[in-house]
Amino acid sequence: MTYIAKPKFHHPGLKKNELGYTHRDYEGKISTLCAGCGHDSITASIIEACYELSIEPHRVAKISGIGCSSKTPDYFLGNSHGFNTVHGRMPSVLTGANLANRDLIYLGVSGDGDSASIGFGQFAHSIRRGVNMTYIVENNGVYGLTKGQFSATADRGSKSKKGVTNTDNAIDLVAIALQLGATFVARSFSGDKTQLVPLIAAAIGHKGASFIDVISPCIAFNNHAGSTKSFDYVREHNDAVNRLDVLVGRDPIAVDYAPGTVQVVEQHDGSKIALRKIDADYDPHDRLGAQAFLAKHAAKGQIVTGLLYVDPDADDLHAHLNTVETPLNTLEADTLCPGSAALDKLNASLR
Amino acid sequence: MSDKKPLSSVNDFVVRFANVNGSGSASANEMFARAILRHGVPVSPRNIFPSNIQGLPTWYEVRVTEDGHLGARGGVDMMVAMNPQTWDKDVAGIEPGGYLFYDSTKPMPSTKFRDDITVIGVPLTAITNSTYTDPRQRQLFKNIIYLGALSALLDMDPKLIEQLIGEQYKGKEKLLSSNVHALHLGRDWALQNLKCPIGLRVKKSDKVGDRIFIEGNSAAALGAVYGGATVCAWYPITPSSSVAEAFTAHCKKYRHDPETGKAKYAIVQGEDELASIGIVIGASWNGARAFTATSGPGISLMTEFIGLSYFAEIPAVIMNIQRAGPSTGMPTRTQQCDIIACAYASHGDTKHVLLFPEDPAEAFEFAAAAFDLAERLQTTIFLMLDLDIGMNHRLCRPLKWDDSKQYDRGKVMTAEMLEQGRDFGRYLDVDGDGIPYRTYPGTHPTKGSYFTRGTSRDRYARYSEEGSVYADNMQRLVRKFETAQDLVPRPLQANAERPTKYGVIYFGSTSPAMDEAIGLLEARGHQLDRLRIRAFPFHSSVASFLAEHDFVYVVEQNRDSQLRQLIVNENGIDPVRLVPIVHYDGTPITARFIAKAIGDHQDHLKVTPLRKAVS
Repeated sequence: MTYIAKPKFHHPGLKKNELGYTHRDYEGKISTLCAGCGHDSITASIIEACYELSIEPHRVAKISGIGCSSKTPDYFLGNSHGFNTVHGRMPSVLTGANLANRDLIYLGVSGDGDSASIGFGQFAHSIRRGVNMTYIVENNGVYGLTKGQFSATADRGSKSKKGVTNTDNAIDLVAIALQLGATFVARSFSGDKTQLVPLIAAAIGHKGASFIDVISPCIAFNNHAGSTKSFDYVREHNDAVNRLDVLVGRDPIAVDYAPGTVQVVEQHDGSKIALRKIDADYDPHDRLGAQAFLAKHAAKGQIVTGLLYVDPDADDLHAHLNTVETPLNTLEADTLCPGSAALDKLNASLR
Repeated sequence: MSDKKPLSSVNDFVVRFANVNGSGSASANEMFARAILRHGVPVSPRNIFPSNIQGLPTWYEVRVTEDGHLGARGGVDMMVAMNPQTWDKDVAGIEPGGYLFYDSTKPMPSTKFRDDITVIGVPLTAITNSTYTDPRQRQLFKNIIYLGALSALLDMDPKLIEQLIGEQYKGKEKLLSSNVHALHLGRDWALQNLKCPIGLRVKKSDKVGDRIFIEGNSAAALGAVYGGATVCAWYPITPSSSVAEAFTAHCKKYRHDPETGKAKYAIVQGEDELASIGIVIGASWNGARAFTATSGPGISLMTEFIGLSYFAEIPAVIMNIQRAGPSTGMPTRTQQCDIIACAYASHGDTKHVLLFPEDPAEAFEFAAAAFDLAERLQTTIFLMLDLDIGMNHRLCRPLKWDDSKQYDRGKVMTAEMLEQGRDFGRYLDVDGDGIPYRTYPGTHPTKGSYFTRGTSRDRYARYSEEGSVYADNMQRLVRKFETAQDLVPRPLQANAERPTKYGVIYFGSTSPAMDEAIGLLEARGHQLDRLRIRAFPFHSSVASFLAEHDFVYVVEQNRDSQLRQLIVNENGIDPVRLVPIVHYDGTPITARFIAKAIGDHQDHLKVTPLRKAVS
């Protein structure tokens, strides 16, 4: 959400896709997230995936909850309808929207606070219902908008910017999505466009509940103790008249590594995460295998990335409900209303 | 033997059945009520049941009322006492001169009876045990046997009951014949062993006319079908669950494509009330007509989303079947106690449209109208039923539908309108009525898209925390609410025969009791003009009515006189002029209660002049 409109001017020589759209046609407003935020990298990947798929931007409905991640739909697909709902409730709103018009593409964008804490139930139930959607969690382990509290995906033993140690176990949304029957489950890293773009494209093309957990470093709250550029340091060395937070931007983190390898990524605060990209011979059609694979590498402290599971024959909530192919929002009285004759018969049966 | 003359009345009495929950008596008891209707005599039945599944007491009360009084009367003329646990209370509740019907298989000490009532014993257990061996059959047919005995005692035509059994078990010959057999077992025993009929009698009449007998929840669900609802999301909660269940049944009957068999609707049982209203809002945002049904605790959970619906201006329909609160309160008892909670649901400055149907016929009409209103006003519409209407069969006028009616989809800007160059600002008040245009997602490749959010924004849906922009938007929402005044059902006024400075305001399920109470008050010498409120925001005629009367009684079924609060709050009326008459023990309000409360106050006014309040 921004006050600043992005200039519409663009170079006439920009590459176009099958529909004749350029990248710019898939962009939205200028991001107001911190410079270097992983979420902006995810936004770029969404734009890239939609461009490559030659999706008509206005045929996408982008729905989010509340939080840094949930602000991002304003920054891509500017000609799409967006809906910034309430905290943790994106899945239900998306489900309703999907029921109303099955012909649109539904992109749900959420955060770890949004989906793993307050919205954990809605996340779970939208997955188990098989709503045809691409559900992306931009996962940084903290609440950014309220300044750094732990989210439910924060690792046990990790420390907050204020030095508090997290004593709760972390929720692994990918493991949960697998268990709940998601028919497309992937994990990636915000800076790994090589991996993330095709994953998003594949998820959009998948009919059923697609879930992608994207690890996304937070510049603001991976930025603590010892740093001369941390909030606390700046506060202590600044005679400002109030206590506005000061953020110093960083370059976004980018990685590109080969399938089957482990890549250690240093985040903005110096902490490290080990990403393991699944190998080319990994079988993504084996749900139980995926769960075991995930658990085995989690025990080693590794975060597995890639397409973990897909059911190519999946169906969706509309199939379960046996709804008509015509979008429900286009049906009018002539097909919906049984009319007075039916009512007369009903009246007669109620005497 | 009774030392008081037994009650004697034709087509005007109250029978109450005391049963054990889970004993299968509901079907027989309802058949009793329907059988009287088939005699052409109006009835007003009520379920009085506990919030459990099995074992606790349950009552079913049938008011037989040739005069057509459909409110609860109070008092019991005949108690069918089939529950030993509640025997003492049941016997004590019988009107002097009334009748006690019981299972006399086991002898009871005389202390268990009263001298001023007529005791009628039928050895029901002995009859059933000698006829049936299966325990479940014994239980179920015992109910039909007492129905048979009552038909003889009350002089009912058995053929009419047989007709009902025939309709219920159509195509199930074995069940049909065995039920008819059980009916005659009881009837024959009574005719042979008891003095039949007693003083209370059912005589054929023609007072039912073309009226229908239906539960409010079912009628409201049917209204949703006729009103074009295609998405229903709900979470089970008493007393609203039967709305969604009835909607499902109606949709299965009316809403499947004949060629493909596919459904022209989607019903989702949400994981909770939050998800249910979320689904409704998502579907409505995307142009489908959607609703949920719930009760007080569900409303509490939904309030965050209701605020979003108000502020982001997304249509939604919520059917709130009210029960006694607060908290879990009395889940199976009736009240009208969510008025304030719904009128101002959610944080910040919010106001919502409430509709108050008086019976199933209006529940049907208002439910259908709620979808037009929701889309016209782009906001949440509450259909405010309560358990007394929702879960009880009520005699009401036949449901009607105008086939020429088209749905009012409100101000929706289409791709063609956008192409024509119409200025689209999502929150732009083009017509001065406070209602902006909206577009459905996917409308146009380059025009008409916007970002929906619960945060403040300008007329073009651009995020803004500018104070003047926020205030401009909030003022427009006030204008929209004022527009709603003329779109919602107007109050209905009925004046007393003689001019009077006293008025009474009431709404919803209080209606039949009020109609009857007016007669009782007239007999006591009190004239009152009546105003039945059917919606919030209040039409200007409410203020006029208040201005025309020195004192106005506000009759409602909650402790804090919530409608009165709302009237005072919204009209700036001196509260002294609005006299609260409240009934909130969970039972339906009765004419006797209203007449006594208002009558006593009126008597007091006559002897103690109060200062004339200034409005």
